[in-house]
Amino acid sequence: MKRREFVLTGAAFALLPEAQASDDAMRAAIRAWAGREPVAGVLKIDIAELVENGNAVPVRVMASEPVVGLALFTPLNPEPDVVHVTLGAGSARPEFSTRMRLARSQRIVAVAKAADGRCWQTGVDVIVTLAACVEP
Amino acid sequence: MATRAVITLPARIKAGEAFEVRATVAHAMETGYRTADEGTRLPRDLVRRFECRLDGELVFAADLFAAVSANPYLAFWLRAEKSGELSFSWRGDKGFEHRETRPLVIA
Repeated sequence: MKRREFVLTGAAFALLPEAQASDDAMRAAIRAWAGREPVAGVLKIDIAELVENGNAVPVRVMASEPVVGLALFTPLNPEPDVVHVTLGAGSARPEFSTRMRLARSQRIVAVAKAADGRCWQTGVDVIVTLAACVEP
Repeated sequence: MATRAVITLPARIKAGEAFEVRATVAHAMETGYRTADEGTRLPRDLVRRFECRLDGELVFAADLFAAVSANPYLAFWLRAEKSGELSFSWRGDKGFEHRETRPLVIA
C-alpha cells in the first residue's frame, strides 16, 4: 500500500460516524458517580499497556485505602461508563477484576469512593491494535 | 436455553481470611452499536446488575455497562467468620435474570 493510500484509508476510518464519548462526557460521568471532583492517588489499575484485541481486556482496579465504591471510565468508548462496583461489609480487599471492551487506544480512568465521601482517581494509557465493537 | 454461570471459590476458606470469588455468566452483552449482516442494528441486550450476598447481606454489587465484555466476569475478595450461603444474581435487559447459590464452608 502506498503511503498516500494508507493516509486516505486512515482518514476515511476517522470520518466514520461512530458514537464516541469524550473527555467532557467522561468527567460528567465521573462527577455523577462520585458526587464530586476526585483527586489523584490511592488507586492502581492493572491492565496490559499494549492490547491486541479490545473485545475482552482483563483489568484489575485496586485501592490502597478502604473504599465503598470503585468504578471504571473510558473517554473514547461509545459511552464513558464501564462498571460501577459497590463493596459491602463482607468485602476483604478494596479491589475487583473484570474484562472490558476498548474501542480504541485511550487513557482509561478508575475512580474510588470512600465512606466519608472522599474520592480519588487514576488513569492509565492503553494501546489497542484491534478494537472492539467493529467486528460483526 | 438455560443460562450457564461459573462461580469459583477456593477449596479451603479459613475464618477471617480473605478469599477471592470469581463469577461469570454466559451472556452476549450486545452493545447496541453493532450491525447484523443485513445492515440492521442489533438491539442492546446487556446484563445491568450483578449482586453477591452472604446470608442475605449485600457484600458486592456491580452496575455493568456496554463496555463490559461478553460473558461478564467479576472477581472480588470477601471475608467471613462463619459458614453461610453465598447467593449470586444477574439481572439485565429483556427480563434477563439468573441466580446461583453456593454454600460457604469455613474450615
